[in-house]
Amino acid sequence: MSGSAQHWDKSLAEGRFLLQRAPDGSAVFPPREHAPGTGAPLEWIEASGRGTVYSATWIQRRPPEAPYNVVLVDLAEGARMMSWVEGVTPETLHIGMAVQARIADGPLLVFDPVAEGAA
Amino acid sequence: MGDRFPRARTAVAGSATFGVGEMPGYSALEIAANAVHLALADAGMTLAQVDGLFIALPDDLFGALSLAQYLGIHPRFTDNNRAGGASFMSHLVTAVMMLDAGYLDCAVIAYGANQRSSGGKLSTPARPDRWDAPYAPMYPLSFYALAAARHMHQYGTTREQLAEVAVAARAWANTNPEAFAKGPLTIEDCLAARMVSTPISVRDCCLVTDGGAALVLTRMDRAKDGPQPPVPILGAAAATWYNSLSQADDVTTTAAAESGPRAMAMAGITPADIDTVQLYDAFTINTILFLEDLGFCAKGEGGAFVSGGRIAPGGALAVNTNGGGLSCCHPGMYGMFAMTEAVRQMRGAAANQIPGAKVALAHGNGGTLSAQATVIFGSADTV
Repeated sequence: MSGSAQHWDKSLAEGRFLLQRAPDGSAVFPPREHAPGTGAPLEWIEASGRGTVYSATWIQRRPPEAPYNVVLVDLAEGARMMSWVEGVTPETLHIGMAVQARIADGPLLVFDPVAEGAA
Repeated sequence: MGDRFPRARTAVAGSATFGVGEMPGYSALEIAANAVHLALADAGMTLAQVDGLFIALPDDLFGALSLAQYLGIHPRFTDNNRAGGASFMSHLVTAVMMLDAGYLDCAVIAYGANQRSSGGKLSTPARPDRWDAPYAPMYPLSFYALAAARHMHQYGTTREQLAEVAVAARAWANTNPEAFAKGPLTIEDCLAARMVSTPISVRDCCLVTDGGAALVLTRMDRAKDGPQPPVPILGAAAATWYNSLSQADDVTTTAAAESGPRAMAMAGITPADIDTVQLYDAFTINTILFLEDLGFCAKGEGGAFVSGGRIAPGGALAVNTNGGGLSCCHPGMYGMFAMTEAVRQMRGAAANQIPGAKVALAHGNGGTLSAQATVIFGSADTV
């Protein structure tokens, strides 16, 4: 037995990116014990990992260290999370960009850009 | 029901600031205690009369207990509400209701910090939550950057418009003897400033200063007997929609869109009735968001609203007439200073007095645009 957050952590460590779904169909993240606002029961679903960059900032560091990005990603299922988009520059990262989740070492959820025109 | 408010039945009887700017050698508690003594003297009241004590200190979870001990008083009620920089407006809501109910007779709301002298960096015990923290956002700066970036994307807001907010704040500060940051500041200076977390540069960020402030609140009948003109409290409301900005439905609209209309409804006014606006401008984007959310312009039009010096001295709306957190002071949490400036305006005693000002709005912000609270003050002749 564990709380919702620990269940999510264990699943991520097993290579699964989970979300929760409320009876009204809305997706829930971060994990909850009950649906926010209603208290309804929640079910676990596998996230598609597809998302869109909702906002982005580049945090500057003292040279020679390069700036790094922090983004908010709207997941295809409807929830939002903070993350990094890897393999992009300030010139290529933009709001509205399609991204795909990947479980990196940690384990940590990060996102990669989806090539234009890719399904 | 809900939101029943004792309009103008309580008032600010005393108000003071202490050590705004630099106060080397003083602890946060010493700065707060000095502000309390000055505010009580201003109200013509004594420590022995204080029966409610409200404070949020950055580094002391039990701040009100520490201050009660330090002052040597035994309050009936203490409140350490910690809604970040909106804490003090929330304190005021509680104090007003308790005064009007007769549970308290004299409430003191206080703050003090020595963040400039003790390290020079913003010090806060707040942290990103476990879902955000792995991505190392600057806290709280990057969250405001994410709101600003989205606002720019969604509404075409520009860095020049953000700079307008900083330049207007500086212009007010330049004629306020108490303000810490003075001197010329241009749009070009702001655009050339070092970037911190895009699109926020160092010139989009509030100061780090020392400083303390205190308000003494009593029922109106009692405040009328004091040496200062009473400043009636016409309405006050707090609202919170999330803690982490990551979980906002829309990062370009804050809970000020709830707290503002609620407070104005209590006061029986609309934005058009407000003569001066004191906002918690931790970052330049705050001023734009709050002017929109409080109803001074439509959502998305904040950038245009502040442009061309429209919130600077001589502009269309007198915003942050002391210089705000950007150029007057920002000792860790600014909420108290928005209220003390509103009180000065209502007394006709501000350094940059708005002639004939009768209604002032003070708005506090805490966390990552998370906690919002709005207070409407009137002048003595509005009652």
